[in-house]
Amino acid sequence: MRRPAATPSLVAASLLAVGLLLAGPGCGGNKSTTNGHKKAVIQNAGSDTLVNVAQAWAEEYAEVEPTVSVEVSGGGSGTGIAALIAGTVDIANSSRHVTPEEAARAKQNTGKEPVEFVVGYDALAIFVNRANPLEEITIGQIAEIYAEKGRYTRWSDLGVQLPGKGGDKIIRVSRQSNSGTYHFFREAILGKKADFRLGSLDLHGSKEVVELIERTPGAIGYSGMGYATPRVKMLRVAKQPGAPSVLPCAESTLNGSYPIARPLLMYTLGEPTGHVRQYLRWIYSDAGQQRLAQCGYVPVPPERRPRLDS
Amino acid sequence: MTKRGQREIILEWLIESVIRLCGVSAILFVFSIFFFVFREGGAVLFKHFKFGEFFFSPEWYPSSPSHVRYGTLALVAGTFSVTALAMVIAVPFGIGAAIFVSEFCGPKLKETLKIVIELLAAIPSVVWGFIGLTVLNPLIIRLFDAPIGLNVLNGGVILALMSVPIIVSIGEDALKAVPDSYREAALALGATRWQLIYRVLLPAAKNGLLAAGLLGVARAVGETMAVLMATGHAINIPTSLLDPVRTLTATIAAELGEAPVHSDHYRVLFVIGILLFLITTAVNLTADLIIRGVRKK
Repeated sequence: MRRPAATPSLVAASLLAVGLLLAGPGCGGNKSTTNGHKKAVIQNAGSDTLVNVAQAWAEEYAEVEPTVSVEVSGGGSGTGIAALIAGTVDIANSSRHVTPEEAARAKQNTGKEPVEFVVGYDALAIFVNRANPLEEITIGQIAEIYAEKGRYTRWSDLGVQLPGKGGDKIIRVSRQSNSGTYHFFREAILGKKADFRLGSLDLHGSKEVVELIERTPGAIGYSGMGYATPRVKMLRVAKQPGAPSVLPCAESTLNGSYPIARPLLMYTLGEPTGHVRQYLRWIYSDAGQQRLAQCGYVPVPPERRPRLDS
Repeated sequence: MTKRGQREIILEWLIESVIRLCGVSAILFVFSIFFFVFREGGAVLFKHFKFGEFFFSPEWYPSSPSHVRYGTLALVAGTFSVTALAMVIAVPFGIGAAIFVSEFCGPKLKETLKIVIELLAAIPSVVWGFIGLTVLNPLIIRLFDAPIGLNVLNGGVILALMSVPIIVSIGEDALKAVPDSYREAALALGATRWQLIYRVLLPAAKNGLLAAGLLGVARAVGETMAVLMATGHAINIPTSLLDPVRTLTATIAAELGEAPVHSDHYRVLFVIGILLFLITTAVNLTADLIIRGVRKK
């Protein structure tokens, strides 16, 4: 029986077409621009706290230095540092310090140690719903709410009466465990050895935390102060009962009076060179630091900025 | 034979082998996935693995600074509570819809309904998750005066909506497989439509309908993204429908990216994968055996 030979060649042609489609956009380290020049790419990944500002920096830097493109992704501090150790990113963003084990693994894997840059500061704000009459809280009270053996499960334990019937239960909002914010909060509030109590809602981003608190009357949660919106309430935090309670802001973060503040970090493998070094120098420039301040974080004072001469 | 004939024979053989390869590849994929999951998870099973803790402790502390614990009881309870609620809602709805589609509606409405139900199955699970997060969450808070709307109820409703299409299409097939002579005989004996369905069709199609329900269960157990968003992702053994929970699948999705490759945490997540694999395989196998039972009759 004779069949038109078109069918197999059609199959072959479509396979070829699929292959071409897949091979089309290259994923190399260098992109060629329309006029044929090679564009250098800086890979930048990590902390979700830093991702907004890293994105803003990348966009602005594209105008300052059109030959360099910075590709930013989030995923959490742990993810960024893991990528740095694997050698797949040039700069890792982190909202916690690299652990000695991670530094050792980087050294073992790539022969270079991670170098730390403090590119700004962040204060971790404690958020509650607008309907909550609470205005201030102490570190000890936050620990009683979040720690494994904490005693506070209802708002009435804190002497707070929430409007509405179902609202007395404290809805603890937390972060998933690869978040740098999660680790920093645990260390700063619960101490080095303690654990969170199970049953908190572990969300996947700083913004989600704020959005959930906005809609949930009985919720409490933590996020970088840059994520504050007019629809949630930031609490004043006191180190201990009787001590003055402070709102997170630039001044209270830098002078240390706000108790839950931390540096925002960028890591490179070994001393940065070339494009990466230039990019970091620009981040420490007044323009870069101003952009950081616009995102709701606290800039590095000029005397604390490193000199990155080429 | 002409030259052209020879070329055709070769081509035909080529295409036949390609198609055979496509068929066999499914088996290959299943076994390689099985092998991979066991290889990644297996290493932890044969050294210092605490089976008692894994199955009977609700304490899941994979990144504790002082005392790491891998108890999955709360996660299993989360998966089962959400799945059970989903089935309580989806099975009556799905079977009811299947009965309506196969027995009551006219051919035109039937076509429309089938297309719309299939469309329901095509909605991506992230979109279902969004609906849970933004529509059901405030609704549950308002209706039940609940402290939080991301809970078993939310996840169960979302999962029910996701498994209804599967139950309807398989249930409808099962009803269609009942010979028309049964219907004619029942009507000839003076049975009402209700009696026909209740006394004749449902018993005759019960295996197929059971299989439909079981496949719905498999779908619900394996679902990840929608439950990750709708259940609140809180490690908690639920005592009411309004408690937030976390499921086995959501735990893997949220934590695998962070766990250092080949660490204990990473391997335990794969052990959870094995557990899920066993659950869904058991459910699918049961459904398959039941369907085969139908065909033999």
